[in-house]
Amino acid sequence: MAAITLKDIVKTYDDGFTAVKGVSLDIADGEFMILVGPSGCGKSTLLRMIVGLEDITAGDLEIDGKRVNDVPPRDRNLSMVFQNYALYPHLTVGENIAFPLRLKKSELNDDEINRRVKEAAEMLELNDHLDRKPANLSGGQRQRVAMGRAIVRHADAFLFDEPLSNLDAKLRGQMRTQIAQLQRRLGTTSIYVTHDQTEAMTLGDRVAVLKKGLLQQCASPRELYEQPVNIFVAGFIGSPSMNFVPARVDNGKLQTPIGELTVPDRVLKAAQQKEMVILGLRPDFFEDEEFVDEKVREHGTVFTATPTHVEWLGNEQYAYITYEHDPKLKPVLDELAHDLDQDEIPATLVLATNSASRVRGGQEGKFWLDTRLLHVFDPDTGDNLTRDPEAGQKLTEEAAEERQREIDRANSEKTEA
Amino acid sequence: MKTLSTKQKIAWGLIAVLVLLYTLWPLFSILMTSFKAPGDLFSGKLLPTQFSTENYQTIFAGSAGELFLPALRNSIGISLISTLIAVILATFCAYAIARLDFPGKRLILNTALGVSMFPVISIVTPLFNLWRQIGLYDTWPGLIIPYLSLTLPISIYTLAAYFQQIPWELEQAAQVDGATNWQAFRKVIVPLAAPGVFTTAIIAFFIAWNDFVYGISLTSTEAARPVPAALAFFTGASQFEDPTGAISAAAIVVTIPIIIIVVLFQRQIVSGLTQGAVKG
Amino acid sequence: MSTASTAVKTARNEGDGRGSHHLTQRARDERRLGWMLAGPAFILMLAVTVYPIIQALYDSLFNYRLTDPEGRAFVGLSNYGVILTDPVFWRDLGVTLLITVVTVAIELVLGFLLALVMNSAIRGLKGLLRTAILIPYGTITVVSAFAWFYMFDINSGYVNHWFSWVPGIGPDFDWFGSAVPALIVIILSEVWKTTPFISLLLLSGLAQVPSDYTEAAKVDGATWWEQLTKVILPNMKAAIMVAVLFRALDAFRIFDNIFIMTNGAYGTETLSLLAYRTSIGRLELGLGSAVSVILFVCVAIIAAVAIKGFKVDLAGQGKAK
Repeated sequence: MAAITLKDIVKTYDDGFTAVKGVSLDIADGEFMILVGPSGCGKSTLLRMIVGLEDITAGDLEIDGKRVNDVPPRDRNLSMVFQNYALYPHLTVGENIAFPLRLKKSELNDDEINRRVKEAAEMLELNDHLDRKPANLSGGQRQRVAMGRAIVRHADAFLFDEPLSNLDAKLRGQMRTQIAQLQRRLGTTSIYVTHDQTEAMTLGDRVAVLKKGLLQQCASPRELYEQPVNIFVAGFIGSPSMNFVPARVDNGKLQTPIGELTVPDRVLKAAQQKEMVILGLRPDFFEDEEFVDEKVREHGTVFTATPTHVEWLGNEQYAYITYEHDPKLKPVLDELAHDLDQDEIPATLVLATNSASRVRGGQEGKFWLDTRLLHVFDPDTGDNLTRDPEAGQKLTEEAAEERQREIDRANSEKTEA
Repeated sequence: MKTLSTKQKIAWGLIAVLVLLYTLWPLFSILMTSFKAPGDLFSGKLLPTQFSTENYQTIFAGSAGELFLPALRNSIGISLISTLIAVILATFCAYAIARLDFPGKRLILNTALGVSMFPVISIVTPLFNLWRQIGLYDTWPGLIIPYLSLTLPISIYTLAAYFQQIPWELEQAAQVDGATNWQAFRKVIVPLAAPGVFTTAIIAFFIAWNDFVYGISLTSTEAARPVPAALAFFTGASQFEDPTGAISAAAIVVTIPIIIIVVLFQRQIVSGLTQGAVKG
Repeated sequence: MSTASTAVKTARNEGDGRGSHHLTQRARDERRLGWMLAGPAFILMLAVTVYPIIQALYDSLFNYRLTDPEGRAFVGLSNYGVILTDPVFWRDLGVTLLITVVTVAIELVLGFLLALVMNSAIRGLKGLLRTAILIPYGTITVVSAFAWFYMFDINSGYVNHWFSWVPGIGPDFDWFGSAVPALIVIILSEVWKTTPFISLLLLSGLAQVPSDYTEAAKVDGATWWEQLTKVILPNMKAAIMVAVLFRALDAFRIFDNIFIMTNGAYGTETLSLLAYRTSIGRLELGLGSAVSVILFVCVAIIAAVAIKGFKVDLAGQGKAK
């Protein structure tokens, strides 16, 4: 078990490209930390520096308070699951899992090694495959073998480099659950790199969002969702993504492409700081007016619009409303799209409504928008002008408490068993 | 897998027979000749009237043995040594090309390619002259050195192509798993690279074993003359006797190891040949 | 935002300052190690080819006979003059080119057929076919030459008896008594021995044509022949060109088969035999060196024309993967 501390870590490659531009992070003992961001944000480089496969150009990396910048990978006692699993093709599944243990022959005898391999295989349901070669396994099985090799040596921390990206969607869901349970059970500090925001949200105690080598925000998934620091984090977290529309204050109301919105003072005040702002609206802030709960109706505002089409998904329904982008905001939105690895930010609002809604494409409908949750972004800096840091911190603290309870429960189950 | 109709089965059987006939016919023909007794040689028939091992006795124990046995020893020794040297040097070279970043990689590969297209006969004349002057003419080193011009380029090419396909990140995985550099090399890289090195050795050996131009130009006695060159100098049991039978028997003897190697390692040889030549 | 970016800048500068020195040292070490490992093979490769060809170039400028070493004299380019005005040289060049064109053409067709057979063979047969095809490849050329020679030889052969019903062939027909039949047998032996190599190259080219293409062509209504000529062949052009170049250069250097079967008699001599006969046979090192240099130049021209003119991409294939 170990705490890992990153202090102003910088990585500059031989060709002068700086992939990581001074990242600081405190990863607590037993914590599950996610590094997430679009491709090229430096998350994998950061992970490889932690494990020691990449030299650190500047800054300090500490494991349990000891600076390990110059310690070779084998002496850091970390284990890693690689994106393509890096299984040794000439060894059987059993020998792949045993590999790290065999390297410490002087410390472990064969019986101990066999016991530990069995234990790991049991945990990962690999018992039937121990004598097979990796080439004969399915993707999910290979992934589990890689996990087995990581957990068998009781390393101080697990590092995961996009371990699920080569699996199909269904398997990815299963493995996600398995990894989460395993980590809770073992209580080992884990750092997990992904570009998939769903994995980030579901697995992490805290999630560090990176963009172009810079740390944007590190917080619990809920804080990221409800209190993002800037437009990038807001746009990256959540699926479907947040809608961004231009807005300006006029007559104490917000003028937007979907009409005039009456908003709380807090939002209005934030929007007044600039001539024009970007309004951030998550799809689930909306509802078909007919299905709004009377208790919350007063917290929102109603508007009419004609969706171009709707998608019915069973549990919910998406309505799409097109509008005109304000040309002044185009450069900002184009840059945001680029940062998010997208072609463009479409001039389309996505509204999530109750699946029973009868709103249909081409017909005017009445929609309700929950104005309490609105985000207002500064178009020049991208900063979130409505962010409440205290509320955000509270969310992350709550998450930490919940997490502690979960670990205690896992421990008590272990002792009982 | 599709199940084949009887018609398809017969067609495939026919094709297989045709291919086998094509590839084996000349060898079968010379094998039959090797079993013909001297009086039987001019029968004008494929099969010997009576199977005789006389020719084999001639080349192993008889008069032709003086010519054949030293040549066999020379061929084996010289081919093995030049293969060994080529493969060792090519392994280092290909490792550097596949793994290290240094200027001139392309130059080395292009040179290997250029050398493999080189007309051997063009360098025989100067070597012939030089070897006579410095005393390498008609010696083992006098053949081993020029053989490297045959075996090195293809070894470098084949191994570079093979090494480029090895998942080298496994070395890093091993280091994370707690291996030292040496352990990572020995327990992960060597087992992965060994098949490629072995295949390359087979191909290089074939090429050295096949040489005729150097063998006939740079030797004059049984001190260094390899089998292909010696075959051209074969005479019969006496000077007036026809050497056909003895040559056939010797030809079969030097073909047997090739067939054994091919049967055992056909898969590796095919992948090695196509990798080295096409992928480059 | 602005403060953040300055912080980044300083961090990057620090990184550059401290890192570049450290990294160049490392890069320099890697370069040195690279050349230390690759150098011996590279130097040896050059030593056994480039040095002799330069020596040959030098020797070719002298009238130099091993039987008369004292009489060695600088004669400039006159050796080349002698060779290029000698009808024997032009005849030999013609024979060499003829053999090259005919063998490569036959091998390309035969090799492609074999490649098709191996590519579509059922599982159990694949290994057998592959083994069979490798046997000629591994067989010593001299052995192949003797095998074919004895088959056709007027004394020990059986071909004359088997094919005596063909007009012109009879028990007394001497295949090695004139150029055309002798060249036929020489080409047979050459084709037998080297077709497997070309077919393996074509096989791997064939394997690189995705089956989607042929399936799409099938859906589009192409016949088998159309699939082959319009989809498969254009897509394996690179592999075909590589195979042709390799084999053409190889065939151009043909020596072993002819040496064994006719030793260049009756108008079957090629440039390689001419070089051998001049320098090793007659010990005319100056003249022989000149032939060697001309042969080398011919090979270089063929390779250059193929690589530049026909854009045979020998290096790119691996990278493209």
